[in-house]
Amino acid sequence: MMSHAAYVFASYGIATLTVVGLCLWVIADGRARQRELRELEASGVRRRSAEATTGEPR
Amino acid sequence: MSENSLAIRKFSDLANPTRFLALADRVLPWFAALTALFFVVGLWLSFTTEGDYQQGETVRIMYVHVPAAWLSMMCYSVMALAALGTLVWRHPLADVSSRAAAPIGACFTFLALVTGSLWGKPMWGAWWVWDARLTSVFVLFLMYLGLMALNRAMDDPARSSRVSAVLVLVGFVNIPIIKFSVEWWNTLHQPASVLRLDGPTIDPEFLRPLVVMAIAFTLLFFTLHIAAMRNEIWRRRVTSLRRLAARSAGREA
Repeated sequence: MMSHAAYVFASYGIATLTVVGLCLWVIADGRARQRELRELEASGVRRRSAEATTGEPR
Repeated sequence: MSENSLAIRKFSDLANPTRFLALADRVLPWFAALTALFFVVGLWLSFTTEGDYQQGETVRIMYVHVPAAWLSMMCYSVMALAALGTLVWRHPLADVSSRAAAPIGACFTFLALVTGSLWGKPMWGAWWVWDARLTSVFVLFLMYLGLMALNRAMDDPARSSRVSAVLVLVGFVNIPIIKFSVEWWNTLHQPASVLRLDGPTIDPEFLRPLVVMAIAFTLLFFTLHIAAMRNEIWRRRVTSLRRLAARSAGREA
């Protein structure tokens, strides 16, 4: 049987891992999509709405 | 102001994804900073307030467990509202919102289940029991996973959005079942002690950290949700640009 403190630390530990993991995933996903958008733009592909105005509004 | 202005004056202006992206860029740093602030205060309170005379230190698990459980239900409610937005108003961002929320909701439901289990073992003597509350939350977790699988299985958001929205709305019946399960059935899980008609029955010593942590978790949800929605809009732009590139490449060939 674990001590009560062990259950508390296990709970906070798993919560921290889950929340940090989720944040990192969202940040990494955003960076990857932005990189893809930049690459597409560099290769000359543009959104039709972006062609009409002054350039790609991010 | 010209027609192309990106200023947001009414709710329907948010329907324009480019406007939404501009707004997200502006509010995200503030949301992130507020979330961090509330977490610092909340965690400090969580570990400095007194333990319970019966439960001892394990009462601190509540400060993570209850906000996670609350968010698991709020996230699904946000998805149900978004589903209405998709089906009734055909709001262009509604499906984006629903899709972005599913993995976040799944994470919070997972947290509620795991921390509940870690609290149940020392207090009830069991990691898990199949009572109405625990089972209905487990079903919620499975629903999040099912929706994520469905969203990934269908490539074209235009087609998957309505199917997904109908499923979200059908699954919404589970939310009142979760909330009232502890009243309708005889459960090992305790009944509500914070959101009650006759006021909270919990001591202010525990209520304070709980409320601060609940606010911190809610802010965290909105920060992540806005960021995930932004990612989803970018993802769709990449897809449509690639399609455009493929079409023009086909024409040139």
